[in-house]
Amino acid sequence: MIEIKGLHKSYQMGSNSLHVLKGIDFSVKEGELVSIMGSSGSGKSTLLNILGMLDEADEGDYTLDNVPIKNLNEKIAAQYRNKFLGFIFQSFNLINYKNALDNVSMPLYYQGMKRAERTDRAMHYLEKVGLAQWATHLPSEMSGGQKQRVAIARALASDPKVLLADEPTGALDTKTSYEVMDLIQGINDEGKTILIVTHEPDIAEMTKRIVNLKDGRIIDDTLVNQVKAINHV
Amino acid sequence: MFSKDRWNEILEALNANKFRTLLTAFGVFWGILILVLLLALTNGLKNGVSADFGDFATNSMFMWSQGTSISYKGLPKGRRFSFKLEDVEILREKYPELKYISPRNQLGGFNGANNVTRNEKTGAFSIYGDYPEFIKQQPQDITSGRYISYSDINEKRKICVIGEDVVKGLYDNGEEVLNTYIKINGVNFLVVGTFKNPKSSGDAEEDANTIFVPFTTFSQAFNRGDNVGWMAITASEDVNITDIKEQVFATMREQRSIHPDDKRAIGHFDLSEAYGRVMGLFSILTFVGYFVGSLVLLSGVIGISNIMLIVVKERTKEIGVRRALGATPWEIKSQILQESLVLTIISGMAGIAVAAGFIWVMNTILDQVGKVDNFANPSVNINVIFVALAILIVSGLLAGFIPASRAIQMKPIDALRIE
Repeated sequence: MIEIKGLHKSYQMGSNSLHVLKGIDFSVKEGELVSIMGSSGSGKSTLLNILGMLDEADEGDYTLDNVPIKNLNEKIAAQYRNKFLGFIFQSFNLINYKNALDNVSMPLYYQGMKRAERTDRAMHYLEKVGLAQWATHLPSEMSGGQKQRVAIARALASDPKVLLADEPTGALDTKTSYEVMDLIQGINDEGKTILIVTHEPDIAEMTKRIVNLKDGRIIDDTLVNQVKAINHV
Repeated sequence: MFSKDRWNEILEALNANKFRTLLTAFGVFWGILILVLLLALTNGLKNGVSADFGDFATNSMFMWSQGTSISYKGLPKGRRFSFKLEDVEILREKYPELKYISPRNQLGGFNGANNVTRNEKTGAFSIYGDYPEFIKQQPQDITSGRYISYSDINEKRKICVIGEDVVKGLYDNGEEVLNTYIKINGVNFLVVGTFKNPKSSGDAEEDANTIFVPFTTFSQAFNRGDNVGWMAITASEDVNITDIKEQVFATMREQRSIHPDDKRAIGHFDLSEAYGRVMGLFSILTFVGYFVGSLVLLSGVIGISNIMLIVVKERTKEIGVRRALGATPWEIKSQILQESLVLTIISGMAGIAVAAGFIWVMNTILDQVGKVDNFANPSVNINVIFVALAILIVSGLLAGFIPASRAIQMKPIDALRIE
């Protein structure tokens, strides 16, 4: 599903250049649930941003679902993001003046889908995350866990190839974190490929594979026995 | 481009901070209000002043004889002379581009002595000897009966057409006017028609105090021979009277044996020139109206631009999220542009509507208090509304342009990092 070869990325900081990713080789197969771990500054967020086409690598190849991702202009990047990827953010990033249903249907809006169909699809995914009765509520009326579930529904709405989650539980308490992870595991069990960036070991344990990053290199890449989040809720 | 969803998006965004949206909208509202009101007031002034010109065909001049100032062909200077009826014929032959040439004679005048009597009533009125064409140069509403006709001229009938004020002065209320006789300087005339001025402003008082009799009858009854007091000359639409008047004067000097360089012998008033001058003034005033109005509007537009910049700044993260979810730069840009456009146009429309209300109130008050000097019917042409709309659309786009570019300047990844 994801193929990365020899990925390099450096940032210009004044006169110094900061080499963040120093040759990453990495691949993810369909249906995997991968966590990317590492201390801050290890380059894990940069990697996720490049995977999410929010940032571009200086060097190296990136293939997503057999589509080479290179020489993107903003317009094509936007269309690829819409088609291939679903984003889940640490701070949820819901649009605060739109209700849950409209937030979820936003990716579909940018696909140019008709309103009625969009509402149907969005409602379906809200049901999936267990928030159907909250459809008309604004984000400000919901708890953190509920907001993140709306965000997950939004990420799923366009039926992307890969879900990219950047610290999805970073702003949640432990119990809520596990509830969210349970949801993510459920989605993965249905066959969706999911990448999670986290620095919490207990969250990483709930994935099927842990990739450890240090100073821009992968130092460890192991398959783990998945801990089911439902047992901890 | 403006689907229902787009509308929802835009209205949602504008509703997110109602008070601020309202304050911002007020700038444009105020600008367009002032623009339209300025133009309406200019127009009111213009209407008022053009009413002073009366309804007289504007492509006209009046020409009369004065004393000569240069001796010529053995004739002394300071000689009094008079145009003759044959001069009118010469002009008609020589200048087919002159549409109407009306020779006129006058008896009595404004505030003159009593000269008209009917039974025991008397009054002082202006009496004109005229040709039937004159009504085409100075339109009058014939309220009953008829105007002078050519058979009146040819048969020198002793008939007259009298103004409303003449009726008031000489007749009792409700008395039959037509087919009665009035005595002008001792000569009986049959009243065949009454008139009033279609636009009662300017010299309305004098005009309504007027009696028209056939030119030929006038000459005979009051001993004018074939003399012509003055001429009212109107050129046809494709010729400006100002351009040919000098030729006409030259012909008349030749006719009346006046030195070709004697400019003072023939007096004239060029209505076209005077009218053109005044209208030129109003074009400048209209320009000033547009200029000042646009400047006021500009400050409103800058206000919108400013607020949109703040909105874009505030929504940096939202824009980042939207782009992460698949909004293309153009979609973001067009949304910001459309928000600014909608805000500008709606507030502009409100401004136009309120300006229309003001104009209506002004007109209602004017109707109630009656005539005001040099001011009548403030109004704007529908074209002005279209121009204002065009200005609004352009300024809305202009106002949104910088914020829209700003919105997509930041990469989505940086936008998402903003807390």
